[in-house]
Amino acid sequence: MNEFIMGIDLMAWLETVFWILLKIVAILLPLVLAVAYTTYAERKIIGYMQLRLGPNRVGPKGWFQPFADVIKLVMKEIIIPRGANKALFILAPVLFIGPAFAAWAVIPFDAEVVLADINAGLLFVLAMTSIGVYGVIIAGWASNSKYAFLGAMRSAAQIVSYELAMGFALVGVLMCAQSMNLSEIVNAQSGGIFSWFWLPLFPLLIVYWISGVAETNRAPFDMAEGESEIVAGFHVEYAGTAFALFFLAEYANMILISFLTALMFMGGWLSPFEGLGILEEWTAWVPGTIWLLMKAFISLFGLLWIRATFPRFRYDQVMRLGWKIFIPVTLVWLPILAVWIKFEAWPFN
Amino acid sequence: MSFQVIVFYGFATWLIFSALMVISSKNSVKAALFLVLSFVGAAGIWMLLEAEFLAISLVVVYVGAVMVLLLFVVMMLDVDYAALKQGFVKKLPLALLISIGFFLMLYRFIDGSFDSEAYAAPAAKAADYSNIKEIGRVLYTEYVLAFEIAAVILFVAIIAAIALTFRGRRNRKTQNINKQLQANKENRLKIVKMDPVVKDTSSSESEEK
Repeated sequence: MNEFIMGIDLMAWLETVFWILLKIVAILLPLVLAVAYTTYAERKIIGYMQLRLGPNRVGPKGWFQPFADVIKLVMKEIIIPRGANKALFILAPVLFIGPAFAAWAVIPFDAEVVLADINAGLLFVLAMTSIGVYGVIIAGWASNSKYAFLGAMRSAAQIVSYELAMGFALVGVLMCAQSMNLSEIVNAQSGGIFSWFWLPLFPLLIVYWISGVAETNRAPFDMAEGESEIVAGFHVEYAGTAFALFFLAEYANMILISFLTALMFMGGWLSPFEGLGILEEWTAWVPGTIWLLMKAFISLFGLLWIRATFPRFRYDQVMRLGWKIFIPVTLVWLPILAVWIKFEAWPFN
Repeated sequence: MSFQVIVFYGFATWLIFSALMVISSKNSVKAALFLVLSFVGAAGIWMLLEAEFLAISLVVVYVGAVMVLLLFVVMMLDVDYAALKQGFVKKLPLALLISIGFFLMLYRFIDGSFDSEAYAAPAAKAADYSNIKEIGRVLYTEYVLAFEIAAVILFVAIIAAIALTFRGRRNRKTQNINKQLQANKENRLKIVKMDPVVKDTSSSESEEK
């Protein structure tokens, strides 16, 4: 046996695997907890926006509501519809949540605090978010239900359309940063709030963020669910834990989009008071992770806010926005950006 | 046998198995899903060759976009599998002829010059070596002409696909988006000023109770 795996020190190998697993747990546990409390925050925030109280019965001020929901979902029976493709029906939620978690591998939480510091990090995130669509399509197809199938079709068309706009927005980011490594992208933004990429990339920031809402199938882009039109869309046949996985992945994706917006356009873990003399000194003790979390939270709050504000788009409006507005905007802005960078005008000097 | 070799054979088995399943599975949706799986396996092998940009591009482009659209179409098809199998024996000789011809071509090509001695293994690059920059540099300098020609061909293909499928305006009812966007408060909402009507509640109050 030892001869078979010659060339690698088994103990050293096991130690590396152990540390990687530990890091994965250190990322995923807070993530799942964040997902639980994002659902609570969503219900509370939308509640207050609509002059309601939101959940306030379980625990003090309803703080234990997410756990009650989880227990309820886990206790429920998973029903497999007759005529459904059993294997694919079970596989679909797994395919949806796998990429949603895997994308977190390349997210840096502070300088040097990252699980996998790979050169093509930006591309990896794009790949993972686009793989997630298979969970939706397979769920819709394997359910053997017309509503679910319609939801899957809508979702597939929507995600493919908005991925193009999203990809173009990311091209702008990598033109500015000259790198696809997420840590290097953040480092390229150092030097105060006006060095962050939101300023030269402002149209792309808007396009990216709204495409992010569309990619995560959130209101007002929740065509795939559309409960007033197609019941609950692709996950209409799912119950219990299988449904919980879809739910978990959707919120994990929301948080991911918020983090990516913070990392790529808002300077990541960099302090907003950089180069402001006394303010910088006063806030020097704040760890970078806190800044990153605060920036991500602003973006996440925006996601909840627009859900309470806008009605659902009509399907042709969604397609029009993606193809006829977002993609042309990015296609115009990229040449402008290229000239801007070439002539090394502010802030690229 | 190093760890890399084990990983390589893992991905290779995965790739061959899923490729076989693509052509042998009865259900066309399953065949398309196995094609996705084989793309992922190929991406794994490319990753092993330190071509991380190509590997992830393969996943983004083929798995994330092309196959989604293919699945989109395949799921909507209503395939009669019995009818598909009917002409099997009749077409078998032709199929055998083509596959033997193809095999011979491959055999001639692979024969002799195409072994591991003719192509020495390239030296491994340092960890900070970025093949994304390298690909970009080569693509836009040495191969810029080929690159642009490929772009033009793809552009022509896009126009051709649209021209083939666009059947002209049938008598369909579409939304006039411009008209919808121009809607404003003035031409949608009419505010009527009215004097407040005060209901006389003093007499009815006792009756309600």
